[in-house]
Amino acid sequence: MLGRTAANLFWLSRYVERAENMARLLEVGYRMSLTSRREGGASEHLVSMMQAAEVDEAFALKHDVADVDTVARYMMFDPDNPSSVYSCLQAARTNARAVRTAITTDMWESMNGAWLEFSQIKPRDVRGAKLLGLLQWVKQRSHEFRGALLGTILRDDGFAFLQAGNFVERADNTARILDMKYYVLLPRSSLVGGEIDIQQWTLILRAASAHRAYRHVYHDRYKAHNIADFLIMRQEMPRSLVYCANFVQQNLDNLAKLYGRKECCHEAAESLLSMVEGTDMETIFSNGLHEFLTEFVARNNRVTDALSESYNFY
Amino acid sequence: MGEQTPFDEMYNPDGSVREPYRALSEWLGEQPDKALALMQADAEAIFRKLGITFAVYGSEEGTEKVIPFDVIPRIIAANEWRRLSKGIEQRVKALNAFLHDIYHRQEILKAGRVPEKLILNNEAFCPQMMGLDPARGVYAHIIGVDIVRVGPDEFYVLEDNLRTPSGVSYMLEDREAMMMLAPDLFQKSKVAPVETYPENLRRTLESVAPANFKGNTPNIAVLTPGIFNSAYFEHSFLADQMGAQLCEGNDLFVDGGKVYMRTTTGPERVDVIYRRIDDDYLDPLTFRPDSMLGVPGLFDAYRAGNVTLVNAPGTGIADDKAVYTYVPEIIEFYLGEKALLQNVPTYNCTDENQRAWVLENIADLVVKEVHGSGGYGMMVGPTSSKAMHAEFRKKIEARPDNYIVQPTLNLSTCPTHINGDVAPRHVDLRPYVLVGDEVRITPGGLTRVALKKGSLVVNSSQGGGTKDTWVLED
Repeated sequence: MLGRTAANLFWLSRYVERAENMARLLEVGYRMSLTSRREGGASEHLVSMMQAAEVDEAFALKHDVADVDTVARYMMFDPDNPSSVYSCLQAARTNARAVRTAITTDMWESMNGAWLEFSQIKPRDVRGAKLLGLLQWVKQRSHEFRGALLGTILRDDGFAFLQAGNFVERADNTARILDMKYYVLLPRSSLVGGEIDIQQWTLILRAASAHRAYRHVYHDRYKAHNIADFLIMRQEMPRSLVYCANFVQQNLDNLAKLYGRKECCHEAAESLLSMVEGTDMETIFSNGLHEFLTEFVARNNRVTDALSESYNFY
Repeated sequence: MGEQTPFDEMYNPDGSVREPYRALSEWLGEQPDKALALMQADAEAIFRKLGITFAVYGSEEGTEKVIPFDVIPRIIAANEWRRLSKGIEQRVKALNAFLHDIYHRQEILKAGRVPEKLILNNEAFCPQMMGLDPARGVYAHIIGVDIVRVGPDEFYVLEDNLRTPSGVSYMLEDREAMMMLAPDLFQKSKVAPVETYPENLRRTLESVAPANFKGNTPNIAVLTPGIFNSAYFEHSFLADQMGAQLCEGNDLFVDGGKVYMRTTTGPERVDVIYRRIDDDYLDPLTFRPDSMLGVPGLFDAYRAGNVTLVNAPGTGIADDKAVYTYVPEIIEFYLGEKALLQNVPTYNCTDENQRAWVLENIADLVVKEVHGSGGYGMMVGPTSSKAMHAEFRKKIEARPDNYIVQPTLNLSTCPTHINGDVAPRHVDLRPYVLVGDEVRITPGGLTRVALKKGSLVVNSSQGGGTKDTWVLED
């Protein structure tokens, strides 16, 4: 497989996953802003959501006010925002076009269809209740693409690159979603454990599509400790850090088997996994959740760098 | 030819239906109102979903257009096709022999049958190819011959496209769409398959692997300028259908006179390159130094016989519009046969008498720039303004050798679905030919149709559409 093809496959599934996660983040930010009981609270939640997505500074350069419409438009449609749903779908489709010979017709049609439909939507038509509908649509198209991928593609090196990209991105996003809670709560530590706190943790779980799953696992009220445990340590939770890190490693292992040798990316993946497997919630909380997440995101980025070095991405 | 009613592919002048169109005519009669319009809409949706598009240069980002597809097929009878394919085979054999000769002993020039100046001073002539022996002696492996029909037995070759003929993906997708849209019509007719094209393309490419190739299966790459090229869809489609690697220049490199791809596990040898980029951009070390599309050193690897380029560089000399006028000569010279397919009569403006006649009658004639393509640099007399006529008169007087002039052909028409109605529109035909260990011609080809009433311009860049093309089997 061409190194360029491998790179395109990796980024194709990353961008699809990112589009989905941007929709999830925006959904949380939006719901939080709806339930806020304080003056100016709406804007604060939206900004912390953008901090989690690391687009807050670029947003501030462009806009003075962070109201729902402006933020939603920036996160959904702005081509200047490289993480906007628009940019992600466009990049994903461009990557898919470049590797048409390496993906199946079903994958291509799903991706192409998503882009064509999305590019028909006029930003001004997406306000209020319509926004949630569109966010739902983005998630569904991402599911559809993943379904086409899982159902049709050969289990060869291309599959491993696609899956690695998907789960590297998801790990990154779950870490950011969790970190957003940190941003939200930090200035008002007195409220930890209060009603608002719980409401916000609920939204975080929603953002990870883990709202009901949490109940099934813990049969319990929302507790910061459990929620963090769920999104970090739980093997059965498909968006948890440990699950993603495991999956990345498995796929890199498959590459090592297919190609008959290990590369520097394998070390990077092991380092990522050992970080979550070699600790517990007590330690994480006492050393600082934010610090833990920051380090995780950094190690996750190293996996990407090492992958592209190992397999001649260009 | 001018004002006459054009030849209708479906109806005789008395209104009766021509034999090959019988089943189609019945089928059309059975279609309820709006059925064709619905099929048309379905076809559009299928093509868009599949992403069968071409990019329009210079337009907004993301504007990829779907070529209009007409749901009424164009039908060619078995005996008509036998004639056409014999003529095509004769042409491509002669043209390959011509290319070999031009790049070796140049017998045809020495014999004075083709003017030396026309070849050696031609910008399509590639001196780097002199004395080089491509595998199996084949220069033009993939050819699309443009043919028009003006009467029951009158077919003319308009152009031999030997460089990078495009559109074969439309031929295949048109068939795919037609089978989906009108399976009942297929059941009533014996249509020769076109689906064998990718398989034949692969066999052709394998058969021209470098003479020194050892191994089981040669590694084949399709070389594309990239996703922004207007024909990118076709490049990826063909690579996909053949199971070949789709490469951009940057994916390939030359080391020790051999060509390699950059893969995830390191360099991998490439044996045959079906290139879809022009000669000038193939190799910045040999051709245009500013080109980013090609592969430095590729031509040397080719010269050394370590890779096959398909089509060979320099094949353009044989489909040059000025050389075209000599094709009947060329066929006689190399094959000792009369040309089976006619050329369109072409006037030579360097001849004083002919030029005088051309200048006087320019309003009835078609003027083409010798090196133009895609409908650019040409003038169709009957549909052009007086100012245009004057402009082209001046151009011809200034550089008579830069233009060829032909009568305006009254292209045949084929019934076409236009806004819920069926009306005759002008068509041409581009059959696809593969030359390797043998000559393989796919029955049918791409029919292009001018959707505007009366228009003779079928190019997709000028608003033309396509039709599925059926060759009936006996």
